Amino acid sequence: MRRWTSLPGGVKFLLGIAALFLVLFIANSTLNRYVLHVITLIGIYSVATTSLNLTNGYTGLFSLGHAGFMAVGAYVATLLTFPVRLRIAYNLPLLPSFLGGPEYQWPFLPALIVGGIVAAIAALFVGAPVLRLRGHYLSVASLGFMVIITTLAKGLKDLTRGAAGIQAIPRYTNIWWVYAWLVVTIYVIWRLLNSSYGRAMLAIRESETAAQSQGIHPMRYKLLSFVIGAFFAGIAGGLYAHFARSIRPYEFSFYMTFHIVIMLIIGGAGTLLGPTVGAAIVIALKYVLKPVEEGLGIYGLVEIIYALMLIGVMLWRPEGIAGGVNPLKFLMPKRKGGS
Amino acid sequence: MFTATYVAQQLLNGIVLGSMYALLALGMTVVYGILRLINFAHGALVTVGAFTFFGIFVVLGWPFALALVAALVVGGVMGFLLDLVGYRKLRGGPEVSLLITSLGIYILLENFIKLLATPQPYAFRPPAFLVQLHNVGGVAFRTVDVFIVAVSVLIMVAFALFVKRTKLGIAMRATAESVEAAQLVGIGVNQVVAVAFVLGSAVAAITGFMWGAKYGQISYDMGFMAGVKAFVAIVIGGIGSIPGAMIGGFILGLVETLAVGFLPPGFAEYRDAIVFTLLILVLLLRPTGIMGRKEAV
Repeated sequence: MRRWTSLPGGVKFLLGIAALFLVLFIANSTLNRYVLHVITLIGIYSVATTSLNLTNGYTGLFSLGHAGFMAVGAYVATLLTFPVRLRIAYNLPLLPSFLGGPEYQWPFLPALIVGGIVAAIAALFVGAPVLRLRGHYLSVASLGFMVIITTLAKGLKDLTRGAAGIQAIPRYTNIWWVYAWLVVTIYVIWRLLNSSYGRAMLAIRESETAAQSQGIHPMRYKLLSFVIGAFFAGIAGGLYAHFARSIRPYEFSFYMTFHIVIMLIIGGAGTLLGPTVGAAIVIALKYVLKPVEEGLGIYGLVEIIYALMLIGVMLWRPEGIAGGVNPLKFLMPKRKGGS
Repeated sequence: MFTATYVAQQLLNGIVLGSMYALLALGMTVVYGILRLINFAHGALVTVGAFTFFGIFVVLGWPFALALVAALVVGGVMGFLLDLVGYRKLRGGPEVSLLITSLGIYILLENFIKLLATPQPYAFRPPAFLVQLHNVGGVAFRTVDVFIVAVSVLIMVAFALFVKRTKLGIAMRATAESVEAAQLVGIGVNQVVAVAFVLGSAVAAITGFMWGAKYGQISYDMGFMAGVKAFVAIVIGGIGSIPGAMIGGFILGLVETLAVGFLPPGFAEYRDAIVFTLLILVLLLRPTGIMGRKEAV
């Protein structure tokens, strides 16, 4: 029998997917709806965090605008799938003819993808100026972009119903959709990292000047990383909208960005599975502690614990929980001798 | 439609808001100059100051001056502790880890206040003499507006003198220039950074009181936007320049107020979007700001 580690990466990946869906299948048929709700939410945030990891973890661009792209994806997908008969009651615009006409209601998958594409296009326009900046200028400018998006979502009342938000969104998102998209996201990023594009991104993260001297055009790769990240952020937003069934502008604000950043840092920026680990920890903690918080009336407890975890990780384990740890270590052949 | 009094009124409001931004920018730029850290936690100190004043003056009913001094002291002590516990260990590491830590500290402080107080905003009633209404030639203002502008100018002048004339101030400028060179000539960098944090945080706490007194309401999340906008002010004025930060603060306050005052009513809700569009424009067109020196952006 061949050893696990000597299997080609593709086979390992397929086995991993099979195992994941087997676990999900068992979970889906045995666990109650509340736990499944939490597991689905973990999946959605894993997609968001994994996509943030591409820019923040691998390319070294510390963007704080991720919630903005999620908002774009969420609103676009929602406007496409919203039921025709409810549109008038909710004061939402009917679709123009090039999007299928007023009688057309989009199926879920194409709507999600269009949401992702619009988010990616937004990233292209935002990225072109913002990615010229370095370090924290980029962070604050992308945060500013996110503020602009949420203000627009509040202001463009004809399109988004403003601060009231959109309710009664069809609930298409389920555990299968979410984890299928998570697998796609991880796969795309994994393939990307093992290509010349990914190597270039990692080189830019380590030293932009050195990368440039090797003939890498930093702007092109930064933009690529930003756009792909935004696409999957848009997907995560669309999944979220069709899961929560209601979206409001303020949901996609600082706190959503912060939570995704916390998941990324706790899990381990720049590791493939770290984001998922981080998302699972942060979301599970929230659902475990929510009853405590409400029962004792100490609102803010969960956030305090998040903040302490974030600071703790930064001080004592900056590589994150998954950083430098191979979860499949016990399958590795044992090293003999010294070192 | 836009009469002279209306314009004067808007200008006055802009200057009052600008003074507060300038005070926040002052504290932030000193820390930024030395550590290259956008201290998101600076905004939380605004909230801390406002709630300290509120707790002592409104809840306990102690005298005004005492409450003000308490806010100042609590802010300063918090700044000292944040530097000591949070940032000192991370110095010299990647810049982004300081940024992430300051985000964490912001979330920690904000939610700690939320936990101690409640998620609902509080009505903030400053002492009666501060809310007295005046009217000069049709321009209405309260004593608190005069107080804000006067105290801001006072603090800025004092700070400028401190940085120019005192030994510690000169050491601070030297450290901002180059940490290594400052160490070589025997400046205690840790001490200088601590002083920068204490002064900046104390000023931020006072700004929190001003903010509450001006707008009549305080809430646990009031500081975030104020802090981020203070950074926008720094960028406008020019990173690393103390006078630049003050000018940037006034410009930002005026732009924000005038945009809301003179654009059609529907634009009022876009005020934050306007501020950040301004930020992105400045970063693209003139990344050194008004007074800044050249630095790779």
